[in-house]
Amino acid sequence: MQLFTEQFPIVIHSLNIGFLQTLKLFFVTLTGAFPLGLVIAFGSMSHFRPLRYCAKVLVWIIRGTPLMIQLLIIYYFPGLVLHNPIWGGGENGRFLAASFSFILNYACYFSEIYRGGIQSIPVGQTEAGLVLGMTRRQIFVRVKLLQMIKRIVPPMSNEIITLVKDTSLARIIALQEIIWAGQAFMKGSQGISGAIWPLFFTAVYYLVCNGILTVLLGYLEKKLDYFK
Amino acid sequence: MAILEAEHIQKTFGGVQVLKDISFSMEKGQTLSIIGSSGSGKTTLLRCLNFLERPDTGMIRVNGETLFDAGDPDTTTEREIRKKRLHFGLVFQSFNLFPQYTALQNVMLAGQLLAKEAEDYKVRKREINLAIEEHARELLTQMGLGDRMGNYPHQLSGGQCQRVAIARALALTPDILCFDEPTSALDPELTGEVLRVIRELADKETTMIIVTHEMAFARDVADRVIFMDDGYIVEQGPPAEVIENPKEERTRQFLSRYTQG
Repeated sequence: MQLFTEQFPIVIHSLNIGFLQTLKLFFVTLTGAFPLGLVIAFGSMSHFRPLRYCAKVLVWIIRGTPLMIQLLIIYYFPGLVLHNPIWGGGENGRFLAASFSFILNYACYFSEIYRGGIQSIPVGQTEAGLVLGMTRRQIFVRVKLLQMIKRIVPPMSNEIITLVKDTSLARIIALQEIIWAGQAFMKGSQGISGAIWPLFFTAVYYLVCNGILTVLLGYLEKKLDYFK
Repeated sequence: MAILEAEHIQKTFGGVQVLKDISFSMEKGQTLSIIGSSGSGKTTLLRCLNFLERPDTGMIRVNGETLFDAGDPDTTTEREIRKKRLHFGLVFQSFNLFPQYTALQNVMLAGQLLAKEAEDYKVRKREINLAIEEHARELLTQMGLGDRMGNYPHQLSGGQCQRVAIARALALTPDILCFDEPTSALDPELTGEVLRVIRELADKETTMIIVTHEMAFARDVADRVIFMDDGYIVEQGPPAEVIENPKEERTRQFLSRYTQG
């Protein structure tokens, strides 16, 4: 049995590696879900009925089922049922499947936030742009986008902070993120076994990360305070 | 030649016919006031002229050029209509300024975007944008907002916002400037400053169509008045006739509410 002081650096090193994977999944998800969410939002506001229904059904399914189930289905279904393991093996394959699941899931939530933000902008803004000879694209980019961003920062902050914690669900397909790294010391790893504290200690990583995000998002919210 | 001719304009919303065969014309430099009770179709007519609504039937001509003909599908597509809108400017009841831009930026934005479509834009970029800014500054000064150019809309009073909106509409030098109840959203003490700048524009022979409930203002400023009721033009003519000595019973009834009230 090692002393705690001897265990600590070993555990921290492992947790750091795990957390790096957590952060990677977090940023990949945001990078994919921000634009995909906008596409789904436009789909669900489309005047073309089939497209609108498709978007609505997608959002219904994704928001209506647990992310954990989605992860399991997306990761295992191609290989076990279709006998076509599209994700490939190993940590890379797991990361690909997890990224795909998270991007799809968060894009659906984001799309509803975008839709709320876009629809809350008075129609007079569009009409003012039209009368001034702007194209629909110019009206969206130059007139409505920043107003929309201002309105969606608070609900987006909520989702972003939730995402940091939701990445832990990828543990279910054995992605080697921080929870997986912490758990390893219960079963036994690098000469440490039966230790529960590394798993508990992972909470500190989430807490610090979300503390930093809260400050950054609060700063952004304040930055956009110059207009009403 | 008439600067604007509108012929047989009809518009129906969900089974309700709001405009029933509207025809009128106006001359360059004239100020035309449209009066009438709420729901008479005044605002819808103005929105049709600015192509925010498509008339179901009828024709709109400016300087003899047919801008819109409900019978000719080529003139009714979004692409065709965008540039044609620029013959008209529109000042809204609720200003509709862009909140994230300063007064000056509000006035410049559309001009800057349109300038990018010019063929020689890349070569003359600096020069073009300087000219746009200078013009915008001139307009805001003319509106009495010389010291407010850097303010955001939420830092301005309603009257100031509406004057920025007027400058913004003028920046694209429309042939015809339209006002949709420009003082209806303002506190009574702020209407005066907006009416004053509109009066100045009338003195400079700006061609204007003003939908308004300010009868005294319509009488003083307008060269011609149109009274609308239930989707029809009931009476039109100089204000001395329509407002002072209306021929039609419905006009009399409408105006009596203002003189008594």
